[in-house]
Amino acid sequence: MNMEAGMGNTVMCLLTDPEGTHLGSAMYIPQSAGPLQLTQLVNKFLNNEEMLPYSFYVSDEELLVPVGTYLEKNKVSVENVLKIVYQQQAVFRIRPVNRCSQTIAGHAEAVLCVSFSPDGKQLASGSGDTTVRLWDLNTETPLFTCKGHRNWVLSIAWSPDGKHLVSGSKSGEICCWNPKKGELDGNPLTGHKKWITGISWEPVHLSSPCRRFVTSSKDGDARIWDVTLKKSLICLSGHTLAVTCVKWGGDGIIYTGSQDCTIKMWETTQGKLIRELKGHGHWVNSLALSTEYVLRTGAFDHTGRQYPPNEEMKKALERYNQTKGDSPERLVSGSDDFTMFLWEPSVSKQPKKRLTGHQQLVNHVYFSPDGKWIASASFDRSVRLWNGVTGQFVTAFRGHVGPVYQVSWSADSRLLLSGSKDSTLKIWEIRTKSLKQDLPGHADEVFAVDWSPDGEKVVSGGKDRVLKLWKG
Amino acid sequence: MPQGDYIDEHRKRYGYRLDHFEKLRKKKAREVHKHSTMAQKSLGIKGKMIAKKNYAEKALMKKTLKMHEESSSRRKADDNVHEGALPAYLLDRENSNRAKVLSNTIKQKRKEKAGKWEVPLPKVRPVAEDEMFRVIRSGKRKTKQWKRMVTKATFVGPGFTRKPPKYERFIRPSGLRFTKAHVTHPELRVTFCLEIIGVKKNPNGPMYTSLGVMTRGTIIEVNVSELGLVTPAGKVVWGKYAQVTNNPENDGCINAVLLV
Repeated sequence: MNMEAGMGNTVMCLLTDPEGTHLGSAMYIPQSAGPLQLTQLVNKFLNNEEMLPYSFYVSDEELLVPVGTYLEKNKVSVENVLKIVYQQQAVFRIRPVNRCSQTIAGHAEAVLCVSFSPDGKQLASGSGDTTVRLWDLNTETPLFTCKGHRNWVLSIAWSPDGKHLVSGSKSGEICCWNPKKGELDGNPLTGHKKWITGISWEPVHLSSPCRRFVTSSKDGDARIWDVTLKKSLICLSGHTLAVTCVKWGGDGIIYTGSQDCTIKMWETTQGKLIRELKGHGHWVNSLALSTEYVLRTGAFDHTGRQYPPNEEMKKALERYNQTKGDSPERLVSGSDDFTMFLWEPSVSKQPKKRLTGHQQLVNHVYFSPDGKWIASASFDRSVRLWNGVTGQFVTAFRGHVGPVYQVSWSADSRLLLSGSKDSTLKIWEIRTKSLKQDLPGHADEVFAVDWSPDGEKVVSGGKDRVLKLWKG
Repeated sequence: MPQGDYIDEHRKRYGYRLDHFEKLRKKKAREVHKHSTMAQKSLGIKGKMIAKKNYAEKALMKKTLKMHEESSSRRKADDNVHEGALPAYLLDRENSNRAKVLSNTIKQKRKEKAGKWEVPLPKVRPVAEDEMFRVIRSGKRKTKQWKRMVTKATFVGPGFTRKPPKYERFIRPSGLRFTKAHVTHPELRVTFCLEIIGVKKNPNGPMYTSLGVMTRGTIIEVNVSELGLVTPAGKVVWGKYAQVTNNPENDGCINAVLLV
């Protein structure tokens, strides 16, 4: 009796990480403790050398007030052990963009794809006028016009070390560009019989410098190419219908999603089929990996440091392992059957969870850079947010009045950008789960959006043929 | 048990007759000749029927042959660069309705201010007053002639209540009232049945506009919210103007072209 009085108002808490591993055992903490005190506690427990920011969740709701206030407000029993989930936040903060800094005309047809280089210093766009354009980000003017394709440029991808740029067109040829000079690097690579739907590079922590990349095509094949040898190494055939997207995973496995409703996993040295993930009832539209953002940016992080080629691989591996954590790589697939599946492909053939809720087809899925969230863009005009670990539905962002085509995350996972057919871009804040900024300005549908990895800028391109740069 | 199965039964037990397939072949070979003699011999309606059937069969056969020929001969794929580029994720969805963001509110407002319309029907036949209205005689001796009945199609708003008959100068017959119009989108070339919101302008005069008379060339406002058009700022467009292209009083319906 005496002892309890001495403790004052305390509550039994158990801190766990998102995967459910306990941090220490259950302990009494004072009810006046808020997120700040909990952060100190976690940092102490984890023996972090510097203070890292954390956010705390009690039954999937973020804890913003002291524990005692929370208990009172939600009428939680004090006698049970309160389970608090902690999640690490990015140590840096990305400023939300709120204005259009430049509208650059140049393309003579709709802009179909845009992409920042992994270090965020270069920008490339592909268009329906058969050109790839490189843009100067400092002056916000056109830099190079790369001619070489014979039809619409549908997809574009930077190598994770930023030294190569590859684009695929509607007639099925692939062009490698030298981004420094804006010139075609050798002849266009041919092999695909129909248009290119996706390009993905081999992660830099598996091989440095970057040489291999994989493309998917409407003709039902995926091909692995070598950018130095300028030829197709392996043809991954097996899908019976068009391959809609391709991802090169961090474990050296290629994932392809197809209109034949399956996802296939390929081994990369001989091109053997490892596994087939079945479950979808209609086309698979989009795939995303929990480590995708790190794989895309390679060794470049928020500090903006450049690494010499020999250290690049080590640094990239370090970043990859940090993001991946102890859990296996997760894959999420969005489909025409209005649902998504969360897989752990290296563990099981069965999906971990089926994410239902969209009322129209899911066009684009994207893991947040830290892998904690999944965002999905759908033709039902909503963007939905899901827990990246469990696949639990978190919230739906409504506000667009047309189908949402693409989403993109800020590097700190705090903000989400979406581009839609209704000609606007919208920025959503994850913490408050609300609209942060509405960015109108395009005169027509927005086909492609990208948030620069260094967080400075956002680019969008669409049917009105202009490229818009947005700034904070 | 049906009695007709004994042949099948026998075949199952003892197999086919030894000459069965030979006979079948011969019968089939003879069939065409038999058919041909029948076709030549038969007269009248029967002959016509056979001829028609034969013709249909022949046409079908030729069609099939041609189809197979086409598939065997290689044609060059269409390599030209088309207009209206689409991203990869929309390429297989071309059939979906791709209404453009057509409405430019600023443009529309500017037009409204200037009072100028680039309309599909720039000139319309003027309608005289005695064609537009019919005089109604009233009073006990039918001597008063101040009442008019509109003889054209009209739009009457949902909140309209009649004045007492004593003060009602214009009668708009309920048989000629319309609430919906068939509006054609000129670029998409599709027609929608949309609700009318109001009459914007009747070229014959402001009085007809205020009365809601719809003749050929009248600008009406229609409710396009279900078309899903949006402004550049991302708001849904609610009302848009359309011009009447037919003579509603003659046709019993309103056809109009959307002004974009």
